[in-house]
Amino acid sequence: MSYITKQIAAAFMASAIGLASVPVQAQTPPDTLIQAWQIDDVISLDPAEVFEFTASEVLGNSYQPLVGYDVKDVSDIFGVIAESWEVSEDGKTFTFTIKPGLQFASGNPITAADPVFSLQRAVKLDKSPAFILTQFGLNAENVDQMVRQTGDMTMELEMDKAYAPTLLLYCLTATVGFVVDKELVMSHEADGDFGYEWLKTNYAGSGAFTIRDWRANEVIVLERNENFSGDASPMARAIYRHIPEGSTQRLLLEKGDIDIARNLGAEEIIALADNADIKIEDGIKGSIYYMGLNQKNENLMKPEVREAMKYLVDYATIADTIMKGKVKVHQAFLPEGFLGALNDNPYALNVEKAKELLAAADLPDGFTVTMDTRNTPEITAMAEAIQQTMADAGIKMELIPGDGQQTLTKYRARNHDIYIGRWGPDYQDPHTNADTFARNPDNGDDAASKPLAWRNAWDIPEMTKQADAAVLEKDAKARADMYIALQQEHQKVSPFVIMFQEIEVLGIRKDVNGFIIGPSFNDNSFRQVTKSE
Amino acid sequence: MSTTSPENSGGRWGALPILGMKAGKLTATIAVTFFGLLVVTFLIGRVVPVDPVLAVVGDRASKSTYDAAYLALGLDKPLYHQFWIYLKNALSGDLGVSVLTKKPIIEDIARVFPATLELATAGILLGTITGVPLGVWGAVRQGKLADQVIRVVGLVGYSAPIFWLGLLGLLVFYAKLGWVAGPGRIDIAYEYSVTQVTGLLLIDTAMQGNWAAFVNVLAHLALPATLLGYFSMAYISRMTRSFMLAELAQEYVTTARVKGVAEWRIIWLHALRNAAVPLVTVIALSYAGLLEGSVLTETVFAWPGLGQYLTNSLQNADMNAVLGGTLVIGIIFVGLNLLSDLLYTVLDPRVRRRT
Repeated sequence: MSYITKQIAAAFMASAIGLASVPVQAQTPPDTLIQAWQIDDVISLDPAEVFEFTASEVLGNSYQPLVGYDVKDVSDIFGVIAESWEVSEDGKTFTFTIKPGLQFASGNPITAADPVFSLQRAVKLDKSPAFILTQFGLNAENVDQMVRQTGDMTMELEMDKAYAPTLLLYCLTATVGFVVDKELVMSHEADGDFGYEWLKTNYAGSGAFTIRDWRANEVIVLERNENFSGDASPMARAIYRHIPEGSTQRLLLEKGDIDIARNLGAEEIIALADNADIKIEDGIKGSIYYMGLNQKNENLMKPEVREAMKYLVDYATIADTIMKGKVKVHQAFLPEGFLGALNDNPYALNVEKAKELLAAADLPDGFTVTMDTRNTPEITAMAEAIQQTMADAGIKMELIPGDGQQTLTKYRARNHDIYIGRWGPDYQDPHTNADTFARNPDNGDDAASKPLAWRNAWDIPEMTKQADAAVLEKDAKARADMYIALQQEHQKVSPFVIMFQEIEVLGIRKDVNGFIIGPSFNDNSFRQVTKSE
Repeated sequence: MSTTSPENSGGRWGALPILGMKAGKLTATIAVTFFGLLVVTFLIGRVVPVDPVLAVVGDRASKSTYDAAYLALGLDKPLYHQFWIYLKNALSGDLGVSVLTKKPIIEDIARVFPATLELATAGILLGTITGVPLGVWGAVRQGKLADQVIRVVGLVGYSAPIFWLGLLGLLVFYAKLGWVAGPGRIDIAYEYSVTQVTGLLLIDTAMQGNWAAFVNVLAHLALPATLLGYFSMAYISRMTRSFMLAELAQEYVTTARVKGVAEWRIIWLHALRNAAVPLVTVIALSYAGLLEGSVLTETVFAWPGLGQYLTNSLQNADMNAVLGGTLVIGIIFVGLNLLSDLLYTVLDPRVRRRT
């Protein structure tokens, strides 16, 4: 062996020994829950601003609303910070009484001043989710009069119309309705910002956990709130680690370095099914996958073409193979679990029927069209499958890939032909989706409001009236019937090919129990999670 | 009375204008480079078909929320005015605030850059330590089995997707063999036992005498650094081999052999020293490439570095962050180019004399 050969061999040996001798830990602490999740959507921790999935879940476990609902039966609405509430005879004013003896994590007592401040603050800051409150006629000028403290433990909330009572209650369960510690937040106020600069990276709540640390794209650390009014969480800490790749999450889960993997793809789920140390749990979410057909396109505006396209999606194959376990077929705008949800799925792949409809629209040979496709693996895979079945009826569909902001910019400017996307409800009331899929008060290019119906240039004055009537109906049964009728009509005539409802799938270590998957991300709870030996 | 002779004094003063001109030229080059960088990245940020307001307020904000954010971003002003504001702020060290993290860009970069610096430095050290000897060996054994093996190993390093190699490495060395730690920079168990001073966890843990955490950081760093080292090694060994072949064919090498100089002296002290001059540029550029942030490596290994930060910013149209990150990369390139120029003067007496 030459001199150089010996030197290099020695260097490699030294490296190998060095690597092999590094001790590696692979067990999570028994009092700490560690989850791997793509958490790069977090932009703020302020309830007045949070609207993203991850931050919603974090806040759902660290703040409390006035009212909440049972995630297994969302019609069961109960008080959380509110002990009780009453609605005035004219249906326009709610009076809330606050539970006595509650306190924030800071030790400050919770009084009516806190929820009043929280709602006024959210309206005045006017961040993204503020519309959930301002739709009741609240604005920066009138909110001090409309949301008012009437005693140490009582408050009133007045609306501009007598909306269905559940609409307001469900809106108050959204993160924008979470109650913040007025005294703590205002002690950090600067330049009249209601403590916004401070709270976007800090914590002022009363939930089961406190937020100790958030490092963007890295980690979020929560710690048990020792001042929590409910049962203390068995976990002393809950940690989210930013692990963007599903395959990496799988390796960490199998190795025991994390307790829960949140972004597993269909392949990872199948691969983990045989691992005795891992269990797969799922829960239905409110998000819907759909295609929007722009009514400015001369072919797509024909009713026969709209209907034909609903017959040109192989729903079953996409749900069973490409999206295996992560979606279920659902073809109405209200997701399963909502009041008035329509669970009929009348459409299946039927190329012959679609051809008949195309012929009736004077397009027997099909036509050419583009579809803006967000470049996530799931949307891309769905779009490619749809492209193939469209081709069977002569529709040449060109896919235009782009990132989320790019496709959304085009969609909001109504410059697309077809847009394939995902829509999640903003709160648990049916109006959230009716408002966007079945309402379009102004179809003009410079309209102030841009719901999905507007983005697809679908002018529907009559349907808008029906949706407006449904939101004012006080009787729950009658209201549900109105939404069912609305969806039946919508399913037949709308330029929306509604295809699937999302199922959230988690890979969990077998010794971890008690994680609750709710219909929205702020309902996901790890408050009762335990680890068995 | 001066002790310096008029001749000596005149010689030193005479060199000053030349040095001054060189410094001026260098400053002008750097200024033009940065200005060009700012203009190009600013324009790219404005011409991409993405509405930057969406990144701030999301898809569902009301018109009043949208309009307020539009004004706050200064988008109502003419393009030249927006650029002028950006230029003024950048010169005073203010690169703006990230719309995603809501923090100053400088603060964000100061947080993510040490992670990339640590990984890239470990990677380039491994790449250089292995790449240079392998390149020399390949040149010495040209055409023989060892040379062929080194070339094939280099070719794999060049052509295999880093994403795939990273996952494979994790599967074998982390999941199956358990030799290294998994993705991330440090285990949660140690995370809060370290006070971040430099942001370079190896240095911070060593400074604090926290040796258990130091070993854990090393275990996390081992695999991604080895992977990046392998890719650098592939390039460096290839270039070293080529430079060494050219040097070994020179007459001074033949002369040395005829004079009976030991072969290892000829290779390591004579030929490699001459090959080292262009090799410095190769290593500096490889290092700069790694410091840009290896997006895929950082994604697979959940490494919270500059590459991941920039990708995420770009995908979310966070143009302040993209501009700031690009500027930092520009500074790195200019800085490393300067460093390699300085090293030339150390390694090459001819350059020294010219200077």
